Amino acid sequence: MDMVNVMNSLILMGKGMTAIFVVTIVIFLIVTLLIKFTPNNSKSDK
Amino acid sequence: MDFLIQGITAITWQQVLMWGIGGLLIYLAICKDLEPALLLPMGFGAILVNIPFSGVLHQTLVGIGDVNGIIEWLFEVGIEAAEVLPLLLFIGIGAMIDFGPLLSNPKLFLFGAAAQFGIFVTVVFASMLGFDFKDAVSIGIIGAADGPTSLLVSQVLKSNYIGTIAVVAYSYMALVPIIQPIAIKLVTTKKERRIKMPYNPKSVSQTTRVLFPIVVSIIAGLVAPASVALVGFLMFGNLIRECGVLKSLSETAQKEFANIITLVLGITISATMRAESMISVQTLMIMGLGLLAFVFDTISGVLVAKIFNLFLKEKINPMIGGAGISAFPMSARVVQKLGLEEDKHNFLLMHAIGTNVSGQIASVIAGGVILSLVPTLIR
Repeated sequence: MDMVNVMNSLILMGKGMTAIFVVTIVIFLIVTLLIKFTPNNSKSDK
Repeated sequence: MDFLIQGITAITWQQVLMWGIGGLLIYLAICKDLEPALLLPMGFGAILVNIPFSGVLHQTLVGIGDVNGIIEWLFEVGIEAAEVLPLLLFIGIGAMIDFGPLLSNPKLFLFGAAAQFGIFVTVVFASMLGFDFKDAVSIGIIGAADGPTSLLVSQVLKSNYIGTIAVVAYSYMALVPIIQPIAIKLVTTKKERRIKMPYNPKSVSQTTRVLFPIVVSIIAGLVAPASVALVGFLMFGNLIRECGVLKSLSETAQKEFANIITLVLGITISATMRAESMISVQTLMIMGLGLLAFVFDTISGVLVAKIFNLFLKEKINPMIGGAGISAFPMSARVVQKLGLEEDKHNFLLMHAIGTNVSGQIASVIAGGVILSLVPTLIR
């Protein structure tokens, strides 16, 4: 077992999941705002 | 007359075994209806590339020199050069996805993110089993539960196991209805599986639907520039769908275009399914690690949903967290079926679909994030 690889994998896990959650949370906030400020006028669009 | 038996005498037992594996893939595609659009071309291609001196692979002929083989050429041009085929397929996939159920309940985004955890757990295990870091990452990406993403990442990282990874990724996607119920039941109680969730979708405007793919591409691109190709092409397909003025292009992207790319992609992947690279202990290890990735994806999605429940007044059924993997729509159907098994009035499909499409976005973001991070770690 190469400990450097294992350490790199753990760092990748930490940084990777953080990045994914950051992107997701930003998208979540923007979508929430979009939904709030761009009300739907078309019934067929529901 | 030696040339008549030249092919027969050159057969190895590994090649015969690969014919068997090709036959198995064809059987699964035809008789079990498991991802037939991909497994059938891959299975047939696996037979073609494992015939001795096969004309579908590059050969050096005595007195003539190098002769190109169609499948190997397709691989070099369609995948190796710029990952053209997987990326083009994303346009079709993007055009097929309706993000409506997700946009009407944006918190479902977080379950898609959580269900990518299996990728990283698998990378750690693969590293512990002695795989090279780039190979370990390529194996981990099987957990994206997204064939094109797995292919693209393993190709960019120049993994030695691209063919195996593709076969394992697509096979496990087809096996989601078997793998996920076991994983979900492991971490949920009967009472939790019975939680009902009323479906009251918020109205989503056309403006939101059009802006969504643009916003996602920009945000993902800013955080992980390597994700621009993956996310961008997926979102481009979705923009064509939602813009409302390209109906004909949208329909073509969803049907004919996606079908043609899928057809070519399947047989092209088989270029990597040669006996010398597939028949090894590592293949078995990758199969085990792929399974681990799917199980951890599912469990992490469910657990995050359970954590949400600690703070929410109106409880959510934690099973929908398990649908946060990219395998669409199988994963959503699994959750719906499990909900109905516990209570025949428990309809979870629309919530699960929302989570499932969030998993599609999260998996391509995960692929891009990994491509951005790996070079910084192997410097």
